[in-house]
Amino acid sequence: MLWEVEILPTQDARDHEGLRILADAKSLGIDSLADVRSARSFLIQGELTEADAGKAAEVLLCDGVVEQFRVNGLPETSSTDGGCVNVLLHPGVTDSVADNAAKALAQQDLDVTAVATCRKYWLTGELSAAERARVLSKVISNDAIEYVVSGPLQLTDLHVGTDYKFEIGSVAIRDMDEDDVLMKLSAEGQLYLQLAEMQTIRDYFKSLNRDPTDIELETIAQTWSEHCSHKTLAGRIHYVETKGGETVREIQFDNMLKETIFNATVSIRENLGDDDWCVSVFKDNAGIVTFDENQDVCIKVETHNHPSAIEPYGGANTGLGGVIRDPMGTGLGARPVCNTDVFCFARPDFSADELPPGVLHPRAVMEGVVSGVRDYGNRMGIPTVNGAVYFDDRYLGNPLVYCGNIAMIPRDKSEGCVSPGDLIVAVGGRTGRDGIHGATFSSAELTEESESISGGSVQIGNPVTEKMVLDVLLEARDRDLYTAITDCGAGGFSSAVGEMGEETGAEVWLEKAPLKYSGLSYTEIWISEAQERMVLAVPEENIAEFEQLCLSEGVESSVIGKFTDTKELVLKYEDNLVGQVTMEFLHDGRPPVIREATFEIADSCATGSASAVSESTDFTEDLKKILGSLNVASKEWIIRQYDHEVQGGSVVKPLVGVKNDGPSDAAVVRPDLTSNRGLVISCGMNPHYGDIDPYWMAASAIDEALRNCVAVGADPSKIAILDNFCWGNTERPETLGTLVRASLACQDIAVAYGTPFVSGKDSLNNEFSYEDSNGERQTVAIPSTLLITALGQIDHIEQAVTMDLKAPGNKLCLVGVTRDELGGSHYNLIKGLTGGTAPNVCTDQAVKVFSAIHQAIKQGLIRSCHDLSEGGLAVAVAEMAFAGGVGAKINLTDVAAPSTESGADASAFSRGQVADPTAVLFSESNTRFLVEVEEANAAEFAAVMENIPYSCVGETTADDTLQILGNNERPIVSESLAALKESWQAPLNL
Amino acid sequence: MTAPQVCVLRAPGTNCDVETAHAFELAGGTADRLHLFRLLENPSLLQQYQILCVPGGFSYGDDIGAGVIFSRQIRGQLNESMREFLCADKLVLGICNGFQVILKAGLLMGRGINNADENAFEDKITLTWNNSGRYTDRWVRLKTTSPNSVFLRGMDEIEVPIAHAEGRIAVADDSVLDELRAAGQISLCYWNNRATELASKSGDPTRIELLEEPDNPNGSLANIAGLSDTTGRVLGLMPHPERFLFATQHPQWTRTGMRGEGHGLQLFRNAISYFG
Repeated sequence: MLWEVEILPTQDARDHEGLRILADAKSLGIDSLADVRSARSFLIQGELTEADAGKAAEVLLCDGVVEQFRVNGLPETSSTDGGCVNVLLHPGVTDSVADNAAKALAQQDLDVTAVATCRKYWLTGELSAAERARVLSKVISNDAIEYVVSGPLQLTDLHVGTDYKFEIGSVAIRDMDEDDVLMKLSAEGQLYLQLAEMQTIRDYFKSLNRDPTDIELETIAQTWSEHCSHKTLAGRIHYVETKGGETVREIQFDNMLKETIFNATVSIRENLGDDDWCVSVFKDNAGIVTFDENQDVCIKVETHNHPSAIEPYGGANTGLGGVIRDPMGTGLGARPVCNTDVFCFARPDFSADELPPGVLHPRAVMEGVVSGVRDYGNRMGIPTVNGAVYFDDRYLGNPLVYCGNIAMIPRDKSEGCVSPGDLIVAVGGRTGRDGIHGATFSSAELTEESESISGGSVQIGNPVTEKMVLDVLLEARDRDLYTAITDCGAGGFSSAVGEMGEETGAEVWLEKAPLKYSGLSYTEIWISEAQERMVLAVPEENIAEFEQLCLSEGVESSVIGKFTDTKELVLKYEDNLVGQVTMEFLHDGRPPVIREATFEIADSCATGSASAVSESTDFTEDLKKILGSLNVASKEWIIRQYDHEVQGGSVVKPLVGVKNDGPSDAAVVRPDLTSNRGLVISCGMNPHYGDIDPYWMAASAIDEALRNCVAVGADPSKIAILDNFCWGNTERPETLGTLVRASLACQDIAVAYGTPFVSGKDSLNNEFSYEDSNGERQTVAIPSTLLITALGQIDHIEQAVTMDLKAPGNKLCLVGVTRDELGGSHYNLIKGLTGGTAPNVCTDQAVKVFSAIHQAIKQGLIRSCHDLSEGGLAVAVAEMAFAGGVGAKINLTDVAAPSTESGADASAFSRGQVADPTAVLFSESNTRFLVEVEEANAAEFAAVMENIPYSCVGETTADDTLQILGNNERPIVSESLAALKESWQAPLNL
Repeated sequence: MTAPQVCVLRAPGTNCDVETAHAFELAGGTADRLHLFRLLENPSLLQQYQILCVPGGFSYGDDIGAGVIFSRQIRGQLNESMREFLCADKLVLGICNGFQVILKAGLLMGRGINNADENAFEDKITLTWNNSGRYTDRWVRLKTTSPNSVFLRGMDEIEVPIAHAEGRIAVADDSVLDELRAAGQISLCYWNNRATELASKSGDPTRIELLEEPDNPNGSLANIAGLSDTTGRVLGLMPHPERFLFATQHPQWTRTGMRGEGHGLQLFRNAISYFG
């Protein structure tokens, strides 16, 4: 029998889900929806009477204090409830609630064979047919993972699996002499390989005198995918930089990444010599650096853009789940201690009527992504401590979701080593048809068809499974039960086993992998990207103890093969040989990608002037507009939904100040409660500067990440950084050119700052194309977006400093030089201006500034410290004041500006020249800090700042206002802290 | 005296067990992080401990409802062992998800001790969705509103963080609230300055109007943040005292100059010293 237990809020209980739907519909402009009531329901199959189904509700499923239930027999025959809309998951989509309900019902002695969940809605209001359709498809369901049934449920059976009859498949690639036939295979088979690669595969199998099997072709496509091999950036690139059409620089890279970003790390490590604190960089799933005498620290940041575009909740959910598995699969496994998440969306108030076909509304994307990250991080018990959100309408069809994880690893566990004879063991989640072709799909451009073609690549995570796996793995690691580990990410077993066995060889018995449901082909098993799986190398003598340990905590483990010494990958299904490829061809057989890259250096152009700045200009409204611009505005709505304190390591929280609502520069986390040493996590990103010059965008992102880190107390001599490039289609030379130029900046700045890159990742092809209403093809590329994540350290957590002003009567000092650099600034953004100079970086001076700030923090001379970024000095002082609830008064004529004396070098500076207050207030010049110093410490502070450009620009005050004075002491900004805070909090107070 | 033995009971999805065990150790206890499956295999294991703590997290993913599945295992296989434990003058603490678990298992309503027949027990009180409908992490101010709890001796007010989605106390009818008041079971309430004023007027800190968000962060009935059983030896609370063991965990420590120990540690010390 199949029963439905429908659970509704009691009469006076609040219907949160109904209210959410109503609000979301309103935000899409559907005002005719008057009311929504919701219910959750369980579909229960088994040898059950109606009374049994009632018992299931009473003892387990329904909370009788706030809910009521009713039992329906299925299929429903009566149409009394014709107004009901049911939302069900597509068969095979992860449904942990159903799985756990089935187990718990069995423990209540109910004969249950299968459970599914369903959401139900009753809509009231004068909805037109079109509006109703829009509510069903855009608000209450996502057809990537769900389907809607209007009216009575006609289900008769929950059985998901199908029969599978083994049949080996092969692809007659040797006959494909025509290039277009090869490319058709590449596209239709969702291999997304390029012509030269397809030709290489064809010729390889010609030389073997046989055609590849389907699984062999898939294995090669996974291994050679951009996602797994980073072939573009690690490929041959011919880079030409021109100015006014003249070539000014030309570089031939054999491996661009290696020669720029990796190379920076190599030279920094050489410079450090015996003091080198990098442990493992750019080779494992995460970078590792030293922490203390017992532990090292790992970090990894990934993107999950395309899945998040199609199903924001699932995409972000599995994005975070996936990056947590990276440190878990680094060395012999690390213990995650915190997460960092950065998102890029289009404006949440984007007009719903102007959405291109196939695009989810950015507000829905934002809410889905935030919820997805929240539910994975919180459930794993890993605090999310740092993040940022950037808004630009070019992210409309292609939002960006960066997820990062930081983890601790014992010093002797940072390397794994597979030996022939070790068993290949899969641990964790079961394998299903989910996520197939995720690795190759990430190389494709998104279109309005993407959802239907690649819906299978979207998944929902099960964080509790991953947490259980983590608990077991850390125990197994400490008992030395395994010799190597990696995560199953993109490419599934194919990538995991292929990478682990690269030096040895491996034989895999595909039928041994436990499946979510029957019917998967051997190829599907091999390339499925089902979540929460890890692959381990376990020596035969440890397997019994390992399996016992897994069993004791309810974690599934299965031996699915053995590492060999044949240097071949051998795939079997029930003793049938289905694939045999050499590791050499798999890992080294790919022809190099060769690309052209060009960059035209624009003539520097003066920023357009908003309107003439006169003596009487008041900038208060401009300041409030910048505070209320989406990138600057408070993200408290998001931050509070993340548990940022679990594990007890929180030292500097993402929100600080007298009301715990000011924007912290960085997070300080204590990863070991028995030690006083801390980690500092921050980030920097500035796509707007990239529109002017990607070089200074990259340089500024590094500077910003470091500023944030140093501002809370990190030691600038030990900061590791990570690069995450999200770019458009790099087959266009000018797009690749901007990426090369950004990489060159990464190299230059990292070396100058002594901040090694320890890990990184790129995501290319972030474009969305669609057919517009005139039937023309339109493509929207994202702005070139480089995220720099910084991982710093602080000797003693009690040295940490926060950005909120602490008390009246203290001095406010601006450290660093302010230049007229309004290009890409938020001032330009709110004024609708273009042009201008993007902020440059003066590295010699910057290194001294960072070091001096750190010294002053260490000596306890700084009460509060805030970096200057979007909105410049005006925004920084406003944020510090309203966060601390302490007034401030500053005078622009005291701000240090670059020297105008002829012959002065770049680091010279002078004071007292305010030609244009706009630049002094809002310029986003790099390497600047505003600090609060007590009068008693002023002399000592001045001594530390000797030879550093800084100036005391004002003081903290006892009144609740911000006053900024221009020339002749005339107030040019004057506002209450409450009004400034309101401007900053209102826009994203969802 | 040998250190009291503490069982920090973790289920699949529990995630505050490490810092909670650390809190008991700092307070002078010896803490084991015991997996629930060990206890289900051998329920009598529980008797070797003096203190049982169900820590925070998402037991079984909070699928079906926060703490529900774990609570049914306590009602079911662990029923006898739990009754024996409670009858032996021992202590039980449930924090956040642990509070949801022990409340839904009936341990706070005297069920474990008095009712032999689990089916005779009827749920009249629950922890359900925050009024905001969202998971929320923020620091709150709490007031000890009954002298009954062993865990809260000598503690009047404290600041600690909450981090939950389903932390609002709701009851089937008002009589439940009256019973809890009468028995001194309302141990901890969300608090602010206005509450102090209101309480001085009403004469009973549990009889004041509902405080507004964020001071009452979830809309909990009578501002309840924590409940005891009638003996004062079982305490469940939504906020996390184990997240305030050190001054540097407090959001204001860089402002106030606070150093050293955090105020949450006292709760764990009280538990340990009960056996002193």
